[in-house]
Amino acid sequence: MVIQALKDQGVDTVFGYPGGAVLPIYDELFQQNEIRHILVRHEQGAVHAAEGYARSTGKPGVVIVTSGPGATNAVTGLTDALLDSIPIVVFTGQVPTFLIGSDAFQEADTVGITRPCTKHNWLVKDPDRLSGTIHEAFHVATTGRPGPVLVDIPKDVQFASGAYQKPAPEKSYYKPQVKGDREAITELVAAMETAKKPVFYTGGGVINSGPAASMLLRELVDATGFPITSTLMGLGAYPASGKNWLGMLGMHGLYEANMAMHDCDLMINIGARFDDRITGRVDAFSPRSLKAHIDIDPSSINKVIHVDIPIVGDVAHVLEDILTIWKSRGRKTNAEGVARWQAKIAEWRKVDCLRYKPSTGTIKPQYALERLEALTRDRDRYITTEVGQHQMWAAQFLNFEDPNRWMTSGGLGTMGYGFPASIGVQIAHPEALVINVAGEASWLMNMQELGTAAQFRLPVKQFILNNERLGMVRQWQELLHGERYSHSWSESLPDFVKLADAFGAKGILCSDPKDLDDAIMEMLNHDGPVVFDCLVEKHENCFPMIPSGKAHNEMLLGEADTQGVIDSTGAALV
Amino acid sequence: MSPLHIKKGATSHSAYNLRSTFSDVEERHTLAVLVENEPGVLARVIGLFSGRGYNIESLTVAEVDHTGHRSRITIVTTGTPQVIEQIKAQLGRIVTVHEVHDLTVEGRTVERELAMMKVNGQGDKRVEALRIAEIFRANVVDSTLSSFVFEITGAPDKIDAFADLMRPLGLAEMARTGVAALLRGD
Ligand SMILES: Cc1cc2nc3c(=O)[nH]c(=O)nc-3n(C[C@H](O)[C@H](O)[C@H](O)COP(=O)(O)OP(=O)(O)OC[C@H]3O[C@@H](n4cnc5c(N)ncnc54)[C@H](O)[C@@H]3O)c2cc1C
Ligand SMILES: Cc1ncc(C[n+]2csc(CCOP(=O)(O)OP(=O)(O)O)c2C)c(N)n1
Repeated sequence: MVIQALKDQGVDTVFGYPGGAVLPIYDELFQQNEIRHILVRHEQGAVHAAEGYARSTGKPGVVIVTSGPGATNAVTGLTDALLDSIPIVVFTGQVPTFLIGSDAFQEADTVGITRPCTKHNWLVKDPDRLSGTIHEAFHVATTGRPGPVLVDIPKDVQFASGAYQKPAPEKSYYKPQVKGDREAITELVAAMETAKKPVFYTGGGVINSGPAASMLLRELVDATGFPITSTLMGLGAYPASGKNWLGMLGMHGLYEANMAMHDCDLMINIGARFDDRITGRVDAFSPRSLKAHIDIDPSSINKVIHVDIPIVGDVAHVLEDILTIWKSRGRKTNAEGVARWQAKIAEWRKVDCLRYKPSTGTIKPQYALERLEALTRDRDRYITTEVGQHQMWAAQFLNFEDPNRWMTSGGLGTMGYGFPASIGVQIAHPEALVINVAGEASWLMNMQELGTAAQFRLPVKQFILNNERLGMVRQWQELLHGERYSHSWSESLPDFVKLADAFGAKGILCSDPKDLDDAIMEMLNHDGPVVFDCLVEKHENCFPMIPSGKAHNEMLLGEADTQGVIDSTGAALV
Repeated sequence: MSPLHIKKGATSHSAYNLRSTFSDVEERHTLAVLVENEPGVLARVIGLFSGRGYNIESLTVAEVDHTGHRSRITIVTTGTPQVIEQIKAQLGRIVTVHEVHDLTVEGRTVERELAMMKVNGQGDKRVEALRIAEIFRANVVDSTLSSFVFEITGAPDKIDAFADLMRPLGLAEMARTGVAALLRGD
């Protein structure tokens, strides 16, 4: 019945790991060919792979794991998907209903454990409600603000035969509001007509809303000529080559983007959530602007920053209405004001905040990414990342022209996300080039998935910027803990080339900038999984940077005096 | 009118009134939350309050519509206007929550709570306890030669006042139900 429900939901792939409590489902899987099962090497990997699959396709990712340890291993992935609003549906096996509560073998209170890390979850005790619950789970995961859901199915319910129901999303009582309030939208359009220093601040909500939202966003930005910045989660919604593109904003965002946010007179937040990596010091955040916020989740609005024009609705729906109303009122903008604003921004751009000291002897991580960008730009390319400095450099130095091409763990910042996510992406896009930009420490956290990549012949490229340090941690220790580098080394690292070899994958080592292009080409030309060990400068810091507890216009741009920049309240905000 | 005597559609006008004023003053609000009566729904609501650090002054829950599977949770909470707005929005996000009503802003409410108090004492104190109970319209639901159990219904502050008076007279034990509340009028 579970498999029938998945088929009716259009599921073609599940990521999973079997065990006693899901054997009946696995038995059903065995006897059919429509749904492909990808056997991961750890349940956390299954959930991240499903996230990668979901984020790169817009479809929900599906996971099946067993009870007890299978379920608890999935918790990090669920929390990750919750914070980044990724639609995934996780099925867990459970001990039979008559044993629940008896500390039975591999029993865990899965719905209890996962209640705070799912959008919703269900324990199905009645076989007649199984199929209906599964359909509802897909509906909830993908409707409104997307998120992870979990269905816990006791083994006796898996064995039982109950009445099957077809999907009927219209019957669900879960119906979030998608149309924005017209009055508020008109108020925003009026503000857009007069603003002298407007800026679009866009986020993951544009990606969540679907490709139509990105198209409408492009139309609106290009028609108004307003500058646009995006969060880490929204990269690609507006093309990096677009002329109004400011680059990413926030803690490691671009100088021009943060200055524009600080000085603007109209901020139009589209599907972003005023995360603390964005706002910095809340009371100094863009002090003189009128703020509008479009978000499908009413709880995102006024959570952190007070906004003047709240609009609850889906990005695509609201953008469509904005465009219609703006056009019907005569496509007005304060052209003169906006031109002066663009000139000011051009000055900020001249600061060239991403510049770094080049080196002929060692590979600078920024240089490695510049070369990767140059050599892969024109390909059908998807990028995933791990978490740390390399993630920020990837966001700064790689350019994204389309949505759903960039998969990263933003909200939870889960080291170990990128490798399994790249597997999920490659499964969904077998012909595409999928690269995981990694740090060596993060990559080791889920390196067992090399087995999965090898088994399914997935040509994922693991581009490891190996600084032999927990670089991001080391950077913070340098800046605010008096250069006391407490346990932030990667000791006893494996020989990555041999490691790859041991799994039947290809390993490449590169340590000289002169060899880099050839080595990258070798990686790209190999039809199979590659582990690329790129030995980079060990003590490079990631700039620009807004130190914790500081305002947007107090950015650090380079190695200049970084001592004592963060006071003790800021240190607590890390 | 829904069978639950809550104005239909009131949610969008009040509970999600997004233009909150950002003030530091703590307010006390009574929320009525209509939920799907299914296992775990109370845990979701309580988990939300503990997980996000909100206050619960009182919480009551019971099924109010058996055929429609609806329960009504009445929560008395305190917080700044911004926090109260967040609480309502967060409650509204829970998939099994159907409606969130902020009775404090939707109109005048009647709030009632039931309490039982055991008062031990003899002689004058015992007579005095009974006399005060009469003034407060508390009923005697159990009595021995040296104790009474009073049952009292009323707004929470009336119950507080009664408890304060009973304390010197031998209040030994108390059980309170927490607040139930409805909007006045139709
Ligand atoms: C080491 C590290 C450093 C970081 N540094 C930065 C940094 O410098 N800059 C940066 O930007 N981020 C940074 N991040 C990421 C940051 O932590 C947040 O994850 C990110 O900023 C949140 O992005 P967002 O606001 O777009 O929200 P998301 O988490 O993507 O949330 C999306 C929002 O859109 C809404 N939404 C969803 N669907 C829709 C829809 N259909 N219609 C309307 N609204 C919708 C949701 O309700 C939500 O409010 C960093 C992360 C790490 C790990
Ligand atoms: C699971 C997990 N544990 C700890 C952290 C804290 N943390 C953030 S970045 C980082 C260092 C990452 O090192 P590496 O993967 O080598 O990347 P680099 O910063 O060197 O590029 C750590 C330990 C985290 N984000 N996730």
